[in-house]
Amino acid sequence: MSLDEFFVTGDPLILASQIAIGLTMVGLIALITYLKRWKWLWNEWFTTVDHKKIGIMYILAGVLMFFRGGVDGLLMKAQTSRPGLDLLDAQHYDEIFTTHGVIMILFMAMPLLIGIMNVVIPLQIGARDVAFPKLNAFSFWIFFAGAMLFNLSFVIGGSPDAGWTSYFPLAGKEFTPGVGNNYYAISLQIAGIGTLATGINFVVTIIKMRAPGMSWMKLPIFVWTTFITSIIIVAAFPILTIALLYMTLDRLFGTHFFTVAAGGDPMLWLNLFWLWGHPEVYIVVLPAFGMFSEVIATFARKNLYGYKSMVYAVAGIAFLSMLVWVHHFYTMGNSAAVNSIFSLTTMMIAIPTGVKIFNWLFTLRKGRIEFSTSMLWALAFIPCFTIGGVTGVMLAMAAADYQYHNTMFLVAHFHYVLIPGVVFAVFAGLYYWWPKMFGFKLNEKIGKWHFWLFVIGFNMTFMPMFFVGLDGMSRRMYTYAESTGWGAWLGFSAVGSLVMAAGFAALCYNIYWSFRYASRNVGNDPWNARSLEWATASPAPHYNFAVVPEVENLDDFWYKKKKGTLGLKKSDLKPVHMPSNSWTPIVLAGAFGLVGFFLVFEWIPLAIIAAVGIVVGLVANTFDYDDGYHIPVDELEEEEREWRGDLQ
Amino acid sequence: MTSHTTTPLEYKTEQSQMNILGFWVFLGAEIVLFSTLFASYFVLEHNTAGGPAGQDIFILKDVLIETFILLTSSFTSGLAIHSMRNHDKKGVLIWMIITLLLGAGFLYMEINEFIHYVHEGATIQTSGFTAAFFTLLGTHGAHVTFGIIWISLLLVQLVRRGITEKTSSKLFISSLYWHFLDVVWIFIFTFVYLKGMVM
Repeated sequence: MSLDEFFVTGDPLILASQIAIGLTMVGLIALITYLKRWKWLWNEWFTTVDHKKIGIMYILAGVLMFFRGGVDGLLMKAQTSRPGLDLLDAQHYDEIFTTHGVIMILFMAMPLLIGIMNVVIPLQIGARDVAFPKLNAFSFWIFFAGAMLFNLSFVIGGSPDAGWTSYFPLAGKEFTPGVGNNYYAISLQIAGIGTLATGINFVVTIIKMRAPGMSWMKLPIFVWTTFITSIIIVAAFPILTIALLYMTLDRLFGTHFFTVAAGGDPMLWLNLFWLWGHPEVYIVVLPAFGMFSEVIATFARKNLYGYKSMVYAVAGIAFLSMLVWVHHFYTMGNSAAVNSIFSLTTMMIAIPTGVKIFNWLFTLRKGRIEFSTSMLWALAFIPCFTIGGVTGVMLAMAAADYQYHNTMFLVAHFHYVLIPGVVFAVFAGLYYWWPKMFGFKLNEKIGKWHFWLFVIGFNMTFMPMFFVGLDGMSRRMYTYAESTGWGAWLGFSAVGSLVMAAGFAALCYNIYWSFRYASRNVGNDPWNARSLEWATASPAPHYNFAVVPEVENLDDFWYKKKKGTLGLKKSDLKPVHMPSNSWTPIVLAGAFGLVGFFLVFEWIPLAIIAAVGIVVGLVANTFDYDDGYHIPVDELEEEEREWRGDLQ
Repeated sequence: MTSHTTTPLEYKTEQSQMNILGFWVFLGAEIVLFSTLFASYFVLEHNTAGGPAGQDIFILKDVLIETFILLTSSFTSGLAIHSMRNHDKKGVLIWMIITLLLGAGFLYMEINEFIHYVHEGATIQTSGFTAAFFTLLGTHGAHVTFGIIWISLLLVQLVRRGITEKTSSKLFISSLYWHFLDVVWIFIFTFVYLKGMVM
């Protein structure tokens, strides 16, 4: 393979990015070296096992990927803004919609949600950390390795271009030669390991590490949604593992799982992909529902209406999510009976979802609503998401779907579900829990700019796509003729995407501004909130709680705050056990990334050599008997006095 | 568990309890993983594309011996855990080494079986059937290989440290894993080999 094939060349856009990436890397390395921060980075971040720091790293990675996926989206919008443009050619457009989909779902939505879960869940259940802190660090680093490998495709070897669903036979070697789709199969496999580990970690954390007295029906709703999401992860991700394994074997080793020529079955890919892919929708949307519930209850100054029905609704959605996957391919020749059954199960999901919408509305009813930025996101979510839900029911009707399928109508529908359902939630969560992570609030005024620009831009971008879709515009079309009459709609949509991008820029500016200028004096409970994470300092100390709290009620913190029984007795302090930092997670994940890279290029001997690194890491890990360390009482006392003033 | 009034050693610390629960959840994921492999196998098992089918190549005698070896190894790993609870380090070592030898014997036979299939003209690239067959069997075999290496490393730790709260929970978890592989094998034996030879 010549150097010319190895690096992607010949496209000025990609050349510019290569130069930009190179310069950024050199600049970052130079800057860190100049500031002498390597040791600090290694000790405080790269080897950390603290769930809060891991969460922050997830969020950082998610925001970076949001930027990458967002630029992909803007390029698509630019290309379709006028009929007959040739800003991007068909091949480049294929690559961009593929990477946009993969990055937004798996490398933007997932890490942002898992990041917030990581920061908040142990605090909300009154725990010192997750059940397996080192595994948690490994989850992050291996997700990161997968994400970076996927992004590398852009400049080295070529991007995947068979759509984010990578249907066979298109995704096979015959129709998609080159390494692009190898990147897809292998980087998703690597990142998926991390997600599965996170799922297991949170299931055990929530079962075993709840504070004394916190029975199942006293759990904050975000903990419930995280718990059920984790169960879906454990039930769904192994299916993706196997599907990707088959894809890798077909592409790299010439097997025939999905190629008809020697008895393979392309429908097997579709079924496996969506058996994972549909629950994945709920993996990203359920934690978001939990976050909205917390935010709405806090800023309406009321307890969540219908708490129990909310829990049952989440569980019901999780169950149904595994039974609907065929609605992604109604038109691929199933019998009428099969389509009818899946049509029915799909529409049934609207019932528990409706329950949740009504619960949020009833929570707002007669509440003393405070229109903070995070509350605004939650309020905007309800109507926008309802549009997504109603169009979803339209698509769920198998007969009608023969008309809509693979059109822009569908694309508009799932953006109306995923952007309000996930992105709005992440924004609400970031504004809400930012003080708990960093000890200061994000600026509310810039936050409102962020909100209005993003929400207006979002509706401008995706609403027109319903109409061009109903008018017959199929998805993934890189250009169209003027006679279709779509030019005005899509031009408006492209302007909307710029407004939305301005909203994102406002968020970035807000983060910058608040880091520099925001007041550091926000106290431990800046929103007058209800759940346990606000019972400790902001930012939360590395040991979370000096004394593990005892829980008596749902919204226990709220009741204790009203009764004034929140103080800390000096005599209750005992040494706190903490896990030690570890280098194995980052090194092990690095080895996985290296093996993945060699596999992408089908350099099998090199991959085997690099795999020795994985073995060494695993062996080192099993011989590691580090039991952590204890924080002495006087250190706890000093840190607690700093924010409490005095102890009882 | 009326005969045991005290908690077993492997459950003594909170972290051990969490590790064991975590491993059960992991086994849940493994069940989904193998179910997917089985489901794909059932979809593809008749797609032989002119290549050999199951009844052309399977040899019942060899598979029966493999089954016998693996089931016995599950029993001996159980005896090892029993010795562990009696604080009998030597017993653990003896029974676990027998378990590992049986596991290695199983692998040896399975590799021979694969070589035989390849000679019969059934490679992983031959058909949809062989792809699904070798991947299902190969995934199970890779799990057994991983288990042998893992348990060997645990035995080194046992020799060095003795039966402690930590080594015992590690060993207990590895025995859960080993039993799980056995259960998967019973499904392979029934739904791949027996079914393949009858139908």
